[in-house]
Amino acid sequence: MADAGKFKKVRLSTEPTPEALADLKLGDVVYLDGTVYTAREGAYMRALQDGAPLPMTLPLESGANFHCSPAASIAEDGTIAIGAVTATASFRFSKWIGEWLALSGAKLILGKGGMTSADYKRHFVPHGAIYLTTVGYGTGALLGRGITRVKDVHWRKELGLAQAMWVLEVSNFGPFIVESDMNGDSLFERENKKIAAGLAKVYEGTRPAVLKRFGETDDRSDEMI
Amino acid sequence: MISIDVIQETAEKLMAQAAIEIPDDYLTGLKQAADAEDGDLSSFVLQAMLENYEAAKEDRRAMCGDTGCPRWYVKLGNDARIEGGPVALEEALRRATANATQNVPLRPNRVHPLWRTDHDNNVGIGAPEIEYGFEPGGDWIDLTTVHKGGLFGTDYRMLFPSDGIEGIKRFYLDSLVAFGKRGLACQPAIIGIGLGGSKDTCMVLGKRAACLRTVGDRNPDPKIAALEEEFKELGNSIGMGAMGFVGNSMVIDCHIEVGYCHTGGMQMSVHAFCLSSRRAVARVHGDGRVEHRTDPEWFTPFQRRETVGWQMPENSKKSA
Ligand code: SF4
Repeated sequence: MADAGKFKKVRLSTEPTPEALADLKLGDVVYLDGTVYTAREGAYMRALQDGAPLPMTLPLESGANFHCSPAASIAEDGTIAIGAVTATASFRFSKWIGEWLALSGAKLILGKGGMTSADYKRHFVPHGAIYLTTVGYGTGALLGRGITRVKDVHWRKELGLAQAMWVLEVSNFGPFIVESDMNGDSLFERENKKIAAGLAKVYEGTRPAVLKRFGETDDRSDEMI
Repeated sequence: MISIDVIQETAEKLMAQAAIEIPDDYLTGLKQAADAEDGDLSSFVLQAMLENYEAAKEDRRAMCGDTGCPRWYVKLGNDARIEGGPVALEEALRRATANATQNVPLRPNRVHPLWRTDHDNNVGIGAPEIEYGFEPGGDWIDLTTVHKGGLFGTDYRMLFPSDGIEGIKRFYLDSLVAFGKRGLACQPAIIGIGLGGSKDTCMVLGKRAACLRTVGDRNPDPKIAALEEEFKELGNSIGMGAMGFVGNSMVIDCHIEVGYCHTGGMQMSVHAFCLSSRRAVARVHGDGRVEHRTDPEWFTPFQRRETVGWQMPENSKKSA
């Protein structure tokens, strides 16, 4: 087994200073302290397309937007049970992210799988924001442990439990891995490049399907997102 | 007569167990993969996952925040009679799903595809799926719940006999490489491959191959078993590990199931049962006994039979 413990571990505030962000390198492991909120397509559409006023003061209350729906329930008396939290794939939100960063002032986008370095350079870098990816991605129980309190649930009626904006107080919330830096480079893209170099060999002895499909590419260094 | 209350009670327990406890066979497979992993980032991810399973068990919380789409595989012994009949059975499974969603809690993932209506209980039109199988003999019902996650990692393609094994390999690799990047498939996974049948049954076979067979299990056809081994190794030689980082842990195991198909075609489906390979099984007997186990034992000689009639082979009587 390789050395899984060699990565730099950082405790980071959910409202990080530009200096703290500049210190982070691709592949660093991050644990968060402060407040994060969930917002995904439901909240983006409501805020950006329908123009609904934000239900919380951003980025004052939190600078960390988590692409997530928690495994949680609200009993009839209003008691909230929150178990595990796991991110959802972020690339699907790329069309809203520039506007969202401008509106929310978020400095940290937390999610699954990252976005493209083109997105980072175009949208994240100008707003001084970076992307932290969750790990696994199934580390929902570990992340659940880092939640100390559910502060609020906004737009629950309008968007349902899964798409609502959950405001979570967190401590030592992680692990996350630094996927994009202040330069807009992507860890995933760096890894993809290394892997692509060996793919031709793996494909030896295989054959393209006799019946082709529209949109097919044979360039395996292409991404599907 | 099998008691409907025992069925519902058992189903609720299974829902929680599936969400919280990673099955032993997958855990053992993942530990082996972690030992063999030589990519450092991928190793870090696997280590975090192993800690995560522990945390989930200790805290009795779901292992993954995306608790997937709960579904039921129901198998009935030929002599089973259920109190209230199949309608009561389906209601009990739907109720168990709704109750567990509130109590564990699970994420209310299920929504209407167009109106996005969410009942906050994982129940709705066609949800949870309930699929049936039968076995000769026996007054029992097997309840298996699978909480399949992952919007990525599944694909279907109509291949033809002339595509051959080389074509099957190509599509297999294509699926792993496409969905393995950035770890969208949440690998390492149990990969299920369906071959043959029709388009719909091919998907069903592949999904069942991924979700209803345990790590280490081999197809009884020795040539298919050899392919399973070969494909496992091939998947792990792509150079990709957990989260799409450089490494060698893509595939915990590969299972292939086949069904007779149209003479001109060779349907193929690929499914990935993710890092949260959640399943839980119990048998409820007519006399009220409940036995829990990890292996769904779905693919019995009876399920894979080729003949018109059925004569139980002496050596497989235990499956009934
Ligand atoms: S694919 Fe599996 S491990 Fe990944 S987020 Fe979904 S349920 Fe969790």
